[in-house]
Amino acid sequence: MKKYLIAGLAGVASLTMAGTSAIAQDDDKNMAASSSTLGSVQSAGELRCGVNTGLPGFASQNDAGEWQGLDVDYCRAIAAAIFGDATKVSYTPLSAVQRFPALQNNEVDVLARNTTWTMDRDTKLGLVFGGVNYYDGQGFMVRKEIGVSSAKELDGATVCVQSGTTTELNLTDYFNSNGMSYNPVVIESQDNVNQAYESGRCDVLTTDASGLYATRLELADSDAHIVLPEIISKEPLGPAVRQGDDTWANIVQWVHFALLNAEELGVTQENVEEMKSSDDPSIRRLLGADGNFGEVLGLENDWAANAIAAVGNYGEVFERNVGTSTPLGIERGLNNLWTNGGVQYAPPVR
Amino acid sequence: MEEQVSGYVADQQIPSRPAPASDRGIVHAVQKNLFATPVDSVLSIVFGAFAIWLAWSILSWAVFDATFVGGDRASCLTPEGGESEGACWAFVGAKFSQFMYGSYPIDLRWRPNLVGIVFVLLVAGFAIPKVPFKALNGWLLFAVFPVFALVLLTGAGFDVSGGFTAFLMLMAATAAYLLYGDDAGGLAAWPGRVAAIALIACFAGIVMSSLDTGTIRFAGITFTVWSLLACLSAILSVGAIALGMAQRAGVQIWRPVLPVIVATIVAVLLAEDYGLRPVSTNLWGGLMLTLIVAVTGIAASLPLGVLLALGRQSDMPAIRTVCVIFIEFWRGVPLITVLFMAAFMLPLLMPSGVTFNQLLRALVGVALFSAAYMAEVIRGGLQAIPRGQYEGAQSLGLSYWQSMRMIILPQALKLVIPGIVNTFIGLFKDTSLVYIIGLADLLGTVRRGFSDPNWITPSTAATGLVFAGFVFWLFCFGMSRYSLFVERRLDTGHKR
Repeated sequence: MKKYLIAGLAGVASLTMAGTSAIAQDDDKNMAASSSTLGSVQSAGELRCGVNTGLPGFASQNDAGEWQGLDVDYCRAIAAAIFGDATKVSYTPLSAVQRFPALQNNEVDVLARNTTWTMDRDTKLGLVFGGVNYYDGQGFMVRKEIGVSSAKELDGATVCVQSGTTTELNLTDYFNSNGMSYNPVVIESQDNVNQAYESGRCDVLTTDASGLYATRLELADSDAHIVLPEIISKEPLGPAVRQGDDTWANIVQWVHFALLNAEELGVTQENVEEMKSSDDPSIRRLLGADGNFGEVLGLENDWAANAIAAVGNYGEVFERNVGTSTPLGIERGLNNLWTNGGVQYAPPVR
Repeated sequence: MEEQVSGYVADQQIPSRPAPASDRGIVHAVQKNLFATPVDSVLSIVFGAFAIWLAWSILSWAVFDATFVGGDRASCLTPEGGESEGACWAFVGAKFSQFMYGSYPIDLRWRPNLVGIVFVLLVAGFAIPKVPFKALNGWLLFAVFPVFALVLLTGAGFDVSGGFTAFLMLMAATAAYLLYGDDAGGLAAWPGRVAAIALIACFAGIVMSSLDTGTIRFAGITFTVWSLLACLSAILSVGAIALGMAQRAGVQIWRPVLPVIVATIVAVLLAEDYGLRPVSTNLWGGLMLTLIVAVTGIAASLPLGVLLALGRQSDMPAIRTVCVIFIEFWRGVPLITVLFMAAFMLPLLMPSGVTFNQLLRALVGVALFSAAYMAEVIRGGLQAIPRGQYEGAQSLGLSYWQSMRMIILPQALKLVIPGIVNTFIGLFKDTSLVYIIGLADLLGTVRRGFSDPNWITPSTAATGLVFAGFVFWLFCFGMSRYSLFVERRLDTGHKR
């Protein structure tokens, strides 16, 4: 009896196999579309954007649960350039260790997570950076009452710094090269470093400038502290994509450049519609009134106009999220346009 | 003689008198308990003062100096030169719905609400002894509710694969074989042997099912040839058991078939499109996610733990070795490592294009991890059962599973209730570790709230953490009290 059953099972198996091998495989149709990131984003109908789990001014959720911040606005601008709709973004909050695996495993399409552009990451990790949307770097915070207005006047100061970080190395280098002395207070965790500064164990707190501004808000009397203008290290932060899809990298890069060009040309969220009929050929090219610059990116010609209408130009994005009108109150500094003494510079659209 | 004695012996109970005035009242209690000796007095004063100071500080932080209403950080900041700032409850108020639901779409929050209400009703019905219909309630809670919750929370319309369907059916068929294989004659009779071979065939089919051999769509499910064969094998297996039972006893042959039917229905229900808007799991968060992870872990770890504990005590070396290795592996690895592995290593080991949901990975990790702990707790209970109970069950002619089901486990589980609840509570608190793999549970959403520049103040973090701690305490304390109640109720005279 058992033998018959097994034989019967085998018979059914071979019959089914024979039958189904004839079934056409139509999976290949989808393959062509999803092999390019732009294609898969368009067919999914949303941009998957990797953001920080929470960094004041760069990515955080407001009271209504909506994501907001400088990096978040880049996700929205890219989505607007692709779909004409800045809400078609699905945000994936990523921790520092998660961010690169998530991008490499195709869990996100673009990583806008205050990631420093370094050669190592550009080469070994297989990333392509789409520009620098925030020039960060190590800075100093002091109490206003000690009357210092430049880091060059910090000779002999007591400095709180996190141990074992590049921050500590940069600090040593800076003071040595400027011929100044200092007393380091070296502490393991950044939270404890901040506490030590608040309790008055040191005169100066040093870490990345964006972190200093966020820390200042946690101090009991935030107005009594000032972040000095000197930036002593290079931490260029920018959106990153996977290597090997140049079309997609171009889109991320040119959305960034479009926001910068918009600021330079005076195009804002408010006047973007009327600017389309401007006489300035560079504005007309940027906003898609002339030429087919959107088409060559694989998008609609009003891609940049949509992005600007969604988030505004770079200056507006900066001011809304981290600028002096926000609680963070960060000065433009290096992030100003090259025409205003900063280093933000975009190639022209032509 | 009697006359003489009667003068001295009371012929009735003398009513008890109140204690002397010096031994009564609040003054005496204070004197006796707090100021009995000079050392006592000093200690009482010192610690009393400390307690009052502590209570006062907590009260002034949480109530007197606290800010209860406000729209942004400005309301929680102390005015220039003010006293030290108190709690910023306005922050908790503004973010409360996020703390509960994470980023779950606001217009769809009736779905988690409904799931929550149904869950509370079912659990209450199950946990309160007086409520009738326990069997029906159990079925609803353990079989219907998980599918209901999954469908409602995600919106269903899944792309269910044949391999997954076959996997569900394999689980069901295996359960049927374990429970009723003996009634069908076991490996000594042909139906039992056919059933066992079919199970192995089913497993092999699932392993092969990722091979691309063309697809067949049926009832919304995409089968490959191998997964279809695996499903057929599972049906064959339970069919054989049912036939065997019919031959021998001729009663209740629907019982072994039922689990497979349920598994099939579940697969079809998940593939069905209900017109609900899908909600991606990366939007889930807050207390909702904490409860989902904890309840899934708790519900999965108990049965898995029982099986592992029994396997570890098994006479069959292969099963025993597998169980020992499983338990020792999961117990020897920290949960953080398990979650990291699930989040980062698993995708690297998968063939490209195959992705597992992040939440599902975490759920499986948590369930397996806690199952290993649960197994050891239950093994403790099994060891406490005297040998006579096992032998008595055997002498009644009960099969292994029958004796476990009816004699051993009811006693063993009762003994280890404190240990089980301990594991549950530990698991509940461990769920906050999913924060490090990017899932925002209650603690995670609270911490994410700290980075909203509109709310950063010196007291925001403390307030948020106190709130999260209070919610965790509420749930753990609830579980702890219920376990005490169950212990007392099941107490059958072993208490020392």
